[in-house]
Amino acid sequence: MKWESLSDFFAMGGYGLYVWGSYLVAMICVIGEVVLIRGRKRTLYKHLGQSRRSILRG
Amino acid sequence: MTINWFKYASPASFYFLAGRMLPYFTALAITLLIVGLYIGFFVAPTDFQQGEAYRIIFIHVPAAWMSMFLYVVMAFWAGVGLAFNTRLSSMVASAIAPTGAMFAFLALWTGAWWGKPMWGTWWVWDARLTSELILFFLYIGFMSLQAAIDDPKRADKAGAVIALVGVVNVPIIYFSVQWWNTLHQGASVSLVQSPKMATAMLSGMLIMTLAAWMYSIVIILIRTRLIILERERHTAWVSELKEGVLE
Repeated sequence: MKWESLSDFFAMGGYGLYVWGSYLVAMICVIGEVVLIRGRKRTLYKHLGQSRRSILRG
Repeated sequence: MTINWFKYASPASFYFLAGRMLPYFTALAITLLIVGLYIGFFVAPTDFQQGEAYRIIFIHVPAAWMSMFLYVVMAFWAGVGLAFNTRLSSMVASAIAPTGAMFAFLALWTGAWWGKPMWGTWWVWDARLTSELILFFLYIGFMSLQAAIDDPKRADKAGAVIALVGVVNVPIIYFSVQWWNTLHQGASVSLVQSPKMATAMLSGMLIMTLAAWMYSIVIILIRTRLIILERERHTAWVSELKEGVLE
């Protein structure tokens, strides 16, 4: 293990702000995309459910 | 024996095929991401010039590669849809755009956060950075154009034209560091030369790239399935799907 402690790991040899600034935003982008897709899926399934019910009601 | 080459070109068959493939690609994406991050942070050594700041490349390089690669794939399928009027190809192209835009944004963002400590500036208007920014705008343009047109068929056609015209930008990004005198460094990894970096750094970068590939496949398959349902919701096969059997 090259890191001596947890704070050493977070410090990233003085470049902590830049390294974590990059990784944090990457994480937000990936999670954000997954959340957006889930939302789109939910909206779509709601519409599909409604149209099916309206077909059943005739 | 006759093979039906067009079986999976039908949105309905593709929908189920994609659904069956998803769990495998998801498992691969997560595994590769964990291994890649582990190598990137715990195995790869400190760079003798850049210190720890170079660890940004484990997202920067995969993101930049994916943004260019996805654009070519998107333009290809958009072009196929335009030429042969195949519904599924255009849907795949529309499904790729947001993920491509995300990777282009990440390439620019992580590049800026690497550039600040290494170059002393967040941004310069050099050929590599500018052409990557144009790539990002091309994705945004493709998506806005499609969103602005109500009729999906016309939206597909208009999108395909902008996607195909924009393809010219991809080789410009790739070769910009050779054609012009850029602040951005030249390629560290190429097919014809041995890589100019330590093995652990290179393997971390390649595994992160594979993870980005698998992630893109997962997201694009899911988004294509949603687009299929959105556009085909008035067809018989969709209405035959029972609630909860959509998977």
